[in-house]
Amino acid sequence: MARALINVPRKAKRGDIIEIKTLISHVMETGYRTTQTGQVIPRDIITLFTCDYDGEEIFRAELHPAISANPFITFHTVATASGTLTFRWTGDNGYSVTETATIAVE
Amino acid sequence: MRGTNATRRDLLAGAGALAGVALLAVRPGEATPASMREAIRKVVGGADIGKGRVTIEIPALVENGNVVPLTVSVDSPMTAQEHVKAIHVFNEKNPQPNVIGIKLGPRAGKAMVSTRIRLADAQNVVAIAELSDGSFWSASAYVLVTLAACLEGNL
Repeated sequence: MARALINVPRKAKRGDIIEIKTLISHVMETGYRTTQTGQVIPRDIITLFTCDYDGEEIFRAELHPAISANPFITFHTVATASGTLTFRWTGDNGYSVTETATIAVE
Repeated sequence: MRGTNATRRDLLAGAGALAGVALLAVRPGEATPASMREAIRKVVGGADIGKGRVTIEIPALVENGNVVPLTVSVDSPMTAQEHVKAIHVFNEKNPQPNVIGIKLGPRAGKAMVSTRIRLADAQNVVAIAELSDGSFWSASAYVLVTLAACLEGNL
């Protein structure tokens, strides 16, 4: 099940600034909504997103309930070497998803 | 006659106060401009916040507060000596003042981040950037929201 979509250029020139787009399917329940019977729907959000480039962290975002459902995050990095980008989303109720993407730098 | 009037007035005043309490109880910890300032203070400490260098791209008029596209960029060369360390986004009227907190480094190449956020009401959105020299810069944008997120979301 493809829960996460990641858009990383397959190839880049060394030193290029590349754009990375990520989208993950998640309800991001705020914990502020109630059902018709008045019960509060418990919070269930992704709280942290990180991206590692060959093991070194290049981006980190702390998410709050104000982030829309199916969090979409776009950021940039410098293509330094061919390698692997590791994306990690962690959140409430033991939520944890890891995805990887490879990039060829010439 | 005067006596009854006074009682009625008291009753009304009492009812009004009760309604106020009930309203407060229903809305759990609503963010206010004051609580946003508090949240900002937690991030910047006592440092001064300069205006500028930060750009917020957000629609001025939003029909659906559940999905508001937001782009924050910071004017910085992003070198090892001079780069953006963090970007924080705050709001005034959601249940919580924090929206997102981002950590960057010189490897980002470009201090520009996009996401989609929820807005519960027409309000100001504030972005604050922390630079490697320890200075803070900010920008704010007012967004008018027709359909609010969060609070009206009864299932």
